Amino acid sequence: MTYSPWSKEAALVVLATLREEKGPVLMALQALQNEFGYVHAEAVGLIATYFNKSRADVHGVLTFYHDLRTTPPQSNQISICVAEACQAVGSRQLEKEVKAKFGAEVHDGYCFGNCALGPCAMVNGAIVGRATLEKIAKVRQ
Amino acid sequence: MKIYVPGDSAAISVGADDVAAAIASKVVGATVIRNGSRGALWLEPMVEVETADGRFAYGPVTADDIDSLIAADFINAGKHALSLGATEEIPWLATQERVTFNRVGLIDPLSLADYEAHGGLVGLRRALSLSNAQIIEEVTESGLRGRGGAGFPAGIKWKTVAGAVSEQKYICANADEGDSGTFADRMLIEGDPFTLIEGMTIAAIAVGATQGYVYLRSEYPYAIKILQKAIYIAHAFGWLGSSVLGSHHSFELKIRVGAGSYVCGEETAMLESIEGKRGVVRAKPPLPALEGLFGMPTVINNVLTLSSVPAVLADGAAAYKSRGVGRSLGTQVFQLAGNVKQGGIVEKAFGITIDEVVHGYGGGTLSGAPIRAVQIGGPLGAYFPADKFQTSLDYESMISAGGMLGHGGIVVFDESVDLAAQARFAMAFCALESCGKCTPCRIGSTRGVETIDLIIQGVQVEENKKLLLDLCEVMTDGSLCAMGGLTPMPVKSAMLNFPEDFTGEVNRR
Repeated sequence: MTYSPWSKEAALVVLATLREEKGPVLMALQALQNEFGYVHAEAVGLIATYFNKSRADVHGVLTFYHDLRTTPPQSNQISICVAEACQAVGSRQLEKEVKAKFGAEVHDGYCFGNCALGPCAMVNGAIVGRATLEKIAKVRQ
Repeated sequence: MKIYVPGDSAAISVGADDVAAAIASKVVGATVIRNGSRGALWLEPMVEVETADGRFAYGPVTADDIDSLIAADFINAGKHALSLGATEEIPWLATQERVTFNRVGLIDPLSLADYEAHGGLVGLRRALSLSNAQIIEEVTESGLRGRGGAGFPAGIKWKTVAGAVSEQKYICANADEGDSGTFADRMLIEGDPFTLIEGMTIAAIAVGATQGYVYLRSEYPYAIKILQKAIYIAHAFGWLGSSVLGSHHSFELKIRVGAGSYVCGEETAMLESIEGKRGVVRAKPPLPALEGLFGMPTVINNVLTLSSVPAVLADGAAAYKSRGVGRSLGTQVFQLAGNVKQGGIVEKAFGITIDEVVHGYGGGTLSGAPIRAVQIGGPLGAYFPADKFQTSLDYESMISAGGMLGHGGIVVFDESVDLAAQARFAMAFCALESCGKCTPCRIGSTRGVETIDLIIQGVQVEENKKLLLDLCEVMTDGSLCAMGGLTPMPVKSAMLNFPEDFTGEVNRR
């Protein structure tokens, strides 16, 4: 996944596409993260001004949702489902193995809706069923 | 010739894209159609070929199998080690009662022609010929209840919204399918998205709404893409927009993508999230039916509820309610998951037993070890031991048995499961996902984790078990929504049904 470097001007272009939306704050944060890979510190004030919200409103939304992040992401993103159905087929053990190998790239996931073919992982946006360390490493390349 | 290779994300997760690419490059004259999955997920990627005698299936197929399949003349249903025979005759599928999932796996999800050829739009066209009171009467008469878990009668909810006087009303489809062990919403959206759109359009006409939202999880990127395309196609066809199929009704539909919050599956938290705010639960009343999205009257239904509506309108309420037991009428789309040999979608009339699903369809565990527990209804559902497997799967029987049907997810565990660890996880998950508005959920879940840790460590086990049950009572009775209110269900059912796991580590095994 490639992202644009943060710039206020580019951010304003993104926000302009949401001008007609009702309740745009969460969408704006998601759109900026999709563009730049994360929500830059300056984005909070920018969104607040653009949509006539308080900075507290925007900060509150930013800090509520697990998906949103305020620092640039790792170049690879691996998410291992650790919810019940995947636990039942050993996802906790898999998560340990994958974390030992890929460290900070690995995050807990909670269900990708692939519960009959677990353990499930999401690797750089691609879904991996009956996941093993080898399969994950192969998709990660 | 037509060759079907599912584009469902479960099939893709085990290599369906590679299989489709291999077929496209190696089989001369093949038209590869990326259908939804038939739901027999352990057979994925399941390839089907269309012949004069119907569709024949092979699975699970890998890209490496394509050469031998070609050698076996699979395009003419030739015999091969992976042959499954005629798709319609595979017992696992043939014995199901597909109503809501009638078209999933059968059609090209983004072909409106295919959709109409298989009964699509019949329900909507009939609805357009009825008064809104008649539509609501039909849905009420069918006995259709909310498939998200609460089981509230859909017709009654619609009637409340229809009766509210307002400039603007909304239809919201809850596709925030966060429960582990559930994937029917995802498979329906990926395999037959027009059915959801049709159900939402009928709801809109019935209550007088002109704007709909589908709140879809960010964890479902494949479903988001397919639904976006389907909405675009429905627009171009003159189905969505200012004149629904040429009528005086107007209906617009938008997707709002979630951001990784489980509690946003709770209907009022979902409304907050669609409004772009923190996903904090609202107190009820006011009911969302009267003051919902942006303060306006709003129908909120689960994807499966809305997707059952076209069949109710097309075939009539009597046909729909001819299936089921007691007050649980129609079919339920069960989702068989976890440590199970033959997992996937099992759509059957309410009243099938747990045993028939997990042993009959599931074929036992994937590991081969005996089943020790099943969790039904997601992370907030109860853990059942084998001696309760004769329980009927319907709303009322599940409640009598100390559980709930929820969204119909059934997660199978073998003998290696530690129910104290599962109970701890239930509390930890609640602590992680609580919206924080009410104290029993926000603080209780963390205290719950600590107390279960003490039990596991063998510290004052009896006292701490008593304390844990007391905490569960406070959370059940004092929480604002089902997140805190039902987290005690997996905890208490684990303690009650598997007491041997709660004796403290030092005393165990």
